[in-house]
Amino acid sequence: MSKKFTILLLLILFFGVYNYWIYTQSQPTTKPALSKAAFEGQQLWIKNNCNACHQFYGLGGYLGPDLTNVYSNKGEDFIKAMLNSGINTMPKFEFNEIEKNNIVAYLKEIDNTGFYPDKKATFQKNGWVIINYKNE
Amino acid sequence: MNKNKAPLLFLITGITALLIAITFGVIATIQYIKFDFIKSVLPFNRIRPMHVTGALSWILLTAIGGIYYYLNKEGYIKKHIAAPLHFIIFFLTGLAIYTCYSLGILGGKEYLEFPPVLIIPILIGWAIFATTLISAFRKGFTKKPVYYWMWTTGAIFMIYHLSEAYLWLTPYFKEKFLANTVLQWKAGGSFVGSWNMLVYGTATYLMAKISPESGVGTDKKSFFFYFLGLTNLMFGWAHHVYIVPIAPWIRYFAYLISMTEWILLFNIIYTWKKSLAFNKTIENKTVIRFLSLTDKWVLINLFVALLISIPFINYYTHGTHVTVAHSMGTTIGINTTILLASVSYIIQNEISAFNFKPVLKGVSLLNISLILFLITLLIAGASRSAWMYSLNSEVFASMQYKLQGVYIALLIFGSMLATSILIITIPLLNSLIKAFRRK
Repeated sequence: MSKKFTILLLLILFFGVYNYWIYTQSQPTTKPALSKAAFEGQQLWIKNNCNACHQFYGLGGYLGPDLTNVYSNKGEDFIKAMLNSGINTMPKFEFNEIEKNNIVAYLKEIDNTGFYPDKKATFQKNGWVIINYKNE
Repeated sequence: MNKNKAPLLFLITGITALLIAITFGVIATIQYIKFDFIKSVLPFNRIRPMHVTGALSWILLTAIGGIYYYLNKEGYIKKHIAAPLHFIIFFLTGLAIYTCYSLGILGGKEYLEFPPVLIIPILIGWAIFATTLISAFRKGFTKKPVYYWMWTTGAIFMIYHLSEAYLWLTPYFKEKFLANTVLQWKAGGSFVGSWNMLVYGTATYLMAKISPESGVGTDKKSFFFYFLGLTNLMFGWAHHVYIVPIAPWIRYFAYLISMTEWILLFNIIYTWKKSLAFNKTIENKTVIRFLSLTDKWVLINLFVALLISIPFINYYTHGTHVTVAHSMGTTIGINTTILLASVSYIIQNEISAFNFKPVLKGVSLLNISLILFLITLLIAGASRSAWMYSLNSEVFASMQYKLQGVYIALLIFGSMLATSILIITIPLLNSLIKAFRRK
């Protein structure tokens, strides 16, 4: 077996182990799975491609604001009022009350996962950033 | 069917996809300035996937078409059914995807926003491509030049990461927000690494063909950088989630791996440029012009990429247009210039008397407008970052209004960029259509 092929096989082997760790250990065990309502809210989020404009943890499109902590910063009533407002670049959605509640539940449970932007993060001399974990 | 008809169709459709991408890119920028511009017909949640899908299709279809063409040229393909079949599958799937976007039928994750069922034909297409590459290189694979390794592993990892991106459909990931976020960015980051294997493999092939005496593609250094690139493809994605509260070891490991991918290509091109023979330079003027352009953009993007891979800097640039500057700098400055070199090389082969002068007229405008466009994105990103981390409580809309001047500049420089791409690609597209009709 050639040296190049051996390196390739070793890389793939390590990749397999690494993937297993990522798939099973990436989410801290203290974080619960989404509730049924939040799960339904997630479906609405995906179906309407809200990610095109909004972000969670800074990941997504930049036309709208990041919504990671919108629940704790703005509250349920604000979120519900915004949903069907069609304000500025927001599409004119027609969510019913149950759908609105599900989206709020989704945003509330995401809010519980952490902070973004994490303004209280601390920095180390080697360039590393220590972020804060919520409810831990 | 002539053996090169399908590869040419891939290239023609690839350039068409680029034109679609720039059209929707300009429309999307207008919505940053005039909020209700065609919002009732095409809101931003449909325009963005149309723009992104166009850009991804340009890169993937043009890379695939070029590779099929080069495999034919090298005599590796005996049965010429794979490329036409692959093209038909991708073409029909592309039509279905754009129809869904137009009608607002969405249902996927970021960058793959189409209904999940459409990933099945896409995976079948990639399986056809990977099978073609594996069967072409099965014999004596270990002694083949590095670009065959890059293409084959790129295609195989593309299948893996596209499949991985759909693990969110399983209840395990669907119900775990953080694990799902990690999964999406792992798959997405490695997806980019996989197409880079196809595109950089193409660049290496062109360099090896233009200057065979350089040793590019066969020497130890080429293979060293190939394995470094592969390591980055597998493990170098996690700088996207530095700021997400996931298991800390993933973040540490990401910092360790860092972004060495750009050094890979820069080093190969730098070595190759030194060995260029004068007569070769005359013969392949346009191809070399585009690859030299890649060289410069690799340097600029290397600098930006390395900076934003440092967690302290990433903390401030993450979630802002600085990330867009990085991704557009690499897709236009690096991927697009390599693919334009590949298209030019193929046209040179097909139409020996083709006049490249009109094409080269657009290159200077491309450079200037891309630099201005990226600087404006960096300004927009820095302003957003200042707003995010400031202590005052100015609302988002107010910050957006204040940035109107920056967004207008983005529209102007974006339109200039679109014009330069039109100047470059229209003559290339016409000549490809002419070459296709001749077959």
